[in-house]
Amino acid sequence: MEGDIAQMGQFIGAGLAAIGSGAAAIGVGHVAGNFLAGALRNPSAAGGQTATLFIGIAFAEALGIFSFLVALLLMFAV
Amino acid sequence: MADEAKGGALEFHPMDQFIVKPLFGDGGVGVFSFTNVTLWLALAVLCVFALMVLGTSRRAIIPSRTQSIAELAYGFVYQMVEDVTGKDGIKYFPYIMTLFMFIVFANFLGLIPMSFTTTSHIAVTAVLGFGVFIAVTAIGFIKNGMGFLSLFWVSSAPLPLRPILALIEVISYFVRPVSHSIRLAGNLMAGHAVLKVFAGFAQVTAVAPIAVLGVTAIYGLEVLVAFIQAYVFTILTCVYLKDALHPHH
Amino acid sequence: MATETSTAEKVESGLPQLDISTFGHQIFWLVVTLIVIYMILSRIALPRIASVLAERRGTITNDLAKAEELKKAAVTAEENYNKALADARAEAQEIVAKAKADIQADLDVAMEKADAEIAARAAESQKAIDEIRAGAVDSIKTVATDTAGELVGVLGGKADAKAINAAVAARMKG
Repeated sequence: MEGDIAQMGQFIGAGLAAIGSGAAAIGVGHVAGNFLAGALRNPSAAGGQTATLFIGIAFAEALGIFSFLVALLLMFAV
Repeated sequence: MADEAKGGALEFHPMDQFIVKPLFGDGGVGVFSFTNVTLWLALAVLCVFALMVLGTSRRAIIPSRTQSIAELAYGFVYQMVEDVTGKDGIKYFPYIMTLFMFIVFANFLGLIPMSFTTTSHIAVTAVLGFGVFIAVTAIGFIKNGMGFLSLFWVSSAPLPLRPILALIEVISYFVRPVSHSIRLAGNLMAGHAVLKVFAGFAQVTAVAPIAVLGVTAIYGLEVLVAFIQAYVFTILTCVYLKDALHPHH
Repeated sequence: MATETSTAEKVESGLPQLDISTFGHQIFWLVVTLIVIYMILSRIALPRIASVLAERRGTITNDLAKAEELKKAAVTAEENYNKALADARAEAQEIVAKAKADIQADLDVAMEKADAEIAARAAESQKAIDEIRAGAVDSIKTVATDTAGELVGVLGGKADAKAINAAVAARMKG
């Protein structure tokens, strides 16, 4: 019984941690959308900024991956 | 329990694909034993050799298909190193090229069904990430001496803010290798686990078509991720190297 | 997933990535892999690709230079052709002018010769005419003198030669 409750806590925690992935998705969408908005305003400058775009996406995504990792740890490792 | 009956039909083992197991015999995994990790690392080496050496062996002025891929990879990484770090970063180009080629091939080989993704293991990516971190820090101190510490002292900020900013900069500097390695391993692990979960749903006839479509879609996304993560790892290495070579903001 | 057995399995296996017992193995082989890839790239592949790219760039530059040269040569050839054409035309004109001048000179010489001949002939004729005229005057004088002497003789006079001559001369003058 106690083990079941602990497991429930694990699963609930994992689910909560997985929300972070969705938040990261919002962040990545924000980065890409703003890049597109800027690129459409000044298309000539867009080509040189794709590296910056990917770095920004990578940073935003890394935090989502962290939360996903927490979820995985709760599911499988704890 | 409700899912106990279901558990018999629906077998999820999304993490089993990451298990390191010896290819010969049933013994434990020693440091020098031959496991699936060894096999897929060796295959990555073979692929790099095939593309970069066998593909370019004719040294043709008008390149064949393989040779132009090799030249494309060369030009891509060379351009990246030159753009981000400037002229004085060019001498580190072979190291960065090594990282890029290894990660790209490890990622793409991991996409072959039944294969083993070496870059999804934190042990592997941590060696890469911390290797870059230690190398870049060493280069920074060798090139700039104590001037390298000005990286943390934001001289453009107002003076009272600077100690706080310095603290934040130091923390973010030491988080770099962690995020650098976890990003790569996490992305690949997540993608492959999601693939396995979708494949597991295919066991249920009712949702099987959706599951198969999902696997296809996620696989396409994973192909993209495999390349983009290699690119991101490489370009972040270049950015860290630039910070080491030119620490002044 | 929630069954007792799978829970036991999970505890046994956990997350494969966090299985510390395999870390040494993975790190060892990864380092070997990286060193091998680095050797392959830095010793063979990268210098080779760099040389191929440089060679290609050189070839393209050379080809462009060659094309430029050929274009220049074509322009020069055209210029030479035009020049040769102009030269030939000038020469032809010169030849025509020379021929014209020669003909003119020949013509002048011939005309002169003809003129001289005509003049000589005219002079000769004049001389002949003069001679004839002089001869005729003499003859007339003789005839007149003779006739006058005869006439005087027939009429019964004594012909004075001196008077008759003077009379004839006076008459002829008159």
